[in-house]
Formats: sequence, C-alpha cells, structure tokens
Amino acid sequence: MHEETVYDALTAAPGDEARWAFGAGFDDPLAGVDTTVPDGVDPTALGAYCLMLGDDALVLSQRLTEWVTRAPELEEEVAFANVALDLLGQARLLLARAGSVGVLGRSRELATASIPDEDALAFFRDADEFRCGALVAAPGGDFARTLVRLLVASAWRLALFTRLRDSRDPVLAAIAAKGVAELAYHRDHAARWVVRLGDGTAESHRRAQEAVDAVWPLTADLFSPTDVEAGLAAVGVAVDPALLREEVESVLAEVLTRATLTVPDRPAPAAPEGRLGRHGPELAELLTGLQGLAREHPAATW
Amino acid sequence: MSHAATGTRTAHPRRIAESVVDPELPMLTLADLGVLRDVRVQGDGAVVVEITPTYSGCPAMGVMRADLVHALHRAGYADVDVRTVLAPAWSTDWISDAGRRKLAEAGIAPPGSAPRRAPGPVPLDLGPSRRAADCPLCGSSDTEELSEFAATACTALRRCRRCREPFEHVKEI
Repeated sequence: MHEETVYDALTAAPGDEARWAFGAGFDDPLAGVDTTVPDGVDPTALGAYCLMLGDDALVLSQRLTEWVTRAPELEEEVAFANVALDLLGQARLLLARAGSVGVLGRSRELATASIPDEDALAFFRDADEFRCGALVAAPGGDFARTLVRLLVASAWRLALFTRLRDSRDPVLAAIAAKGVAELAYHRDHAARWVVRLGDGTAESHRRAQEAVDAVWPLTADLFSPTDVEAGLAAVGVAVDPALLREEVESVLAEVLTRATLTVPDRPAPAAPEGRLGRHGPELAELLTGLQGLAREHPAATW
Repeated sequence: MSHAATGTRTAHPRRIAESVVDPELPMLTLADLGVLRDVRVQGDGAVVVEITPTYSGCPAMGVMRADLVHALHRAGYADVDVRTVLAPAWSTDWISDAGRRKLAEAGIAPPGSAPRRAPGPVPLDLGPSRRAADCPLCGSSDTEELSEFAATACTALRRCRRCREPFEHVKEI
C-alpha cells in the first residue's frame, strides 16, 4: 500500500485519470454500440421502457445482495451474489440505453457531469422516478420467500427476454438475447430450491407455502401493460406483458406441483402502480442503502 | 486514455490484441476466450478493436478495455478505439481449443457444448444438473457438482469422486 488511504483516494481532487468512485463508470457499457433509435419509435417511450426493465433488475439485484454475509450456506451466498451480478449487468446496459436516448429524469440535476448516465440514473433518482414493479421492491423476507420471489421474477423476465430478442430496437434485442441464458440459469436454480424446500421437511414445507402465499399478491400487476408498453408493443419494440401470463403461470404451476405446494388463487389483476413510480415506503428504504454513499460524496473519485 | 503513445510500431495490431490476457483467467488470452471479435486498422491509422462481454455483469470488461489500449499504445499505436459488440451473445463454444487445453492445464474444467439456443420458451429444468466434466487433475469422469455458482460468473464448482479434489468448471452458455 502507498501512504494514501482509500479515503484519501475518494476525496482527492479529480485529475485527468480520475474515476468516479461508485458504480463502474470508467467503462461505457455501450461504447461503440450503434444507439440510433429505429424509425417510428418514440425515444422517450423507449427510454421509459428501458427504465422499467433496468429498475426491475437493479432493485432485485440489491435485494439479493442484502443476503451477502447472511445466507444459510456459503454456496447459496455465492449463488445470490452471482445472480445479483448478472442482474446488475443487465440493469447497467438497460439504464445506459435509457441514457442514450436522453431519458434521465431529474438525475442530472444531482449527478455531477463526470458521472455516466447509467450511474446517474441508479444513484440520483428518487423512489418516485423508479419504474420497478412491486414484486422486486418488496422486502426479501426469509430464505424461502427470497427464492420464491426470485423464481417468479426470473420466470417472468425470462419469458419476456425470449420474446424481446425479436425487438425492433437492436440494442434492446441484443441485451435480451444476452440475458436469456443468465435468466434461465437463475430461474432453474430458484425452481430447484423451491422444490427442495417444499418437498423437504415439515418446517421447510410450511415456510415455503407461507412464502408462496406472501409473494402471490405481488404478481397482481405483472401482466398489466402500461401505456408505454402497449404503445411500444404496437410498433414491435416492447412485449405486452399480458402475453407472458400463460408461460409464467405454467412454469410456476409445474414447480409448485413438484414441490407439493398449493398454487394460490390468481390475484385480481391490478393496474400498474410501480411502473408509474408509485411505490410503498420499502423502495425508498432500499434506495437509502443503495444511494446514500454516492449522494453523500457525489464528486468522489479514485 | 490520455497517454500519448511514443515509440515505433512493432507488430501487427491483431497479434498484439490477441496476446492480451483475461484479467480473471490469465492463462487465457482474449482471443482464446472468444471475446475478441475483431481488430482492424482504419485508413487514418486508428486501430479499432471489438470485444464482447461474457456475462452481462462481467466486471472484467473495463480492465480488458484498458489492457487492450495500453498494449496497443506500448506497441506504438496512438489511436485506439475499443468497441463493445453485444450481438451475437458470447457463447462458451467460442473458447478456442488452445483455450480449453490451457484451462485444463490450470486445473479448470473446460466447458462442454453450449445448450442449443432454440427460439421460443426455454424449457424448465428441475432435474439434477446434466452437466458433466472430467476432473482436470486426475482425468476421472466420476465428478459431482458442489455448487451451481462459484468464484466467477462463468464457473460452477465441482468435486472429483476419485481424487476428492474440488475444481472449477466453466459452465456452458
């Protein structure tokens, strides 16, 4: 080590080679990628859609990261961290795509100029600017609930990404195509755990069923399109989430049956709330942990 | 990168870029790993390098980019542009035969064939892992998976039932 401490590095005046201290802002994830918006596509809607999908990934990634140092076994801690890393990568690409079409909300008012768009979006938006759904924003709960939520969220996202590979936006299509293999691995990993817990001991079965019963109400808006999604689906850029219901419900029914768990009644479909920026207090609490340090030292570099 | 490159050009830029190693698996070059997609010299002398990430969240991309730029600067190429290519998505099938041999020599089991990427829904797989890998230490095929995730995004953890040694396996995608 040099005599400089990490703290010195964080607070030193930025030089030519200075890098923003948070995020991974030294490397534009879309460097060299053609980010032209396809003809007939509203850039603002495209950016809003990328925020929805990027925020789902960012917030679920953070929820999984909360398990690091706390998971019941080391292998599963490593698993959660790896899944979180994949999702963080997807979030980064999607937020960068939103930034590339100029959808930055109020984040630029707070983030200094040297902070890249995707990091500004992650660290300098308030909860009401986040477009994630209630499923990922909800607190993680115990190990069983974390895995049931991961199963539902991965099954939904995988069903979406397989279809989004054909998006008319080539950047979105490429991000989706890349994510499919990752999400399939996450979904099947979570599914095997849900089977193990449900078809395990009386206690693990009881807690797995409690987890299912707690997570199911969070799916009420999963298949309800916003105007943004409906509009972009009509021009071949987005996928109407209503089209995902059959595949997702079939996957979940298969897993729960194998797990000897009871599939709850389908919750009454609800209009989108989280996708419009309306969240419970739990999202603001999560963001305090995610964003606090970056906001405290918005000019920090290393 | 603000370094003004000096010195004379010593080698073809493709050979230089191909010799840069992966920061997490340094026994492999970026060419072995299949992430180096193209190297070309433009009319104005600028070198354009195209790389693709292994996983969406691969934390090594920034280091790869910086290492490529530095290696080419050292060889006298002042103007270097490293671009990301997202499509087609990287597959472990792109790891070269030399790369597979180097992985095995380093005690890491190379990947088998990647699963077929069919259009349409991805079938649910609830069974035990169908992956198989020979022990890179003793060669036995009698190995078991310990963990689907391991120290890097691209590996799983296995153990040999014969020599009892754990080893990493580059999982097929």
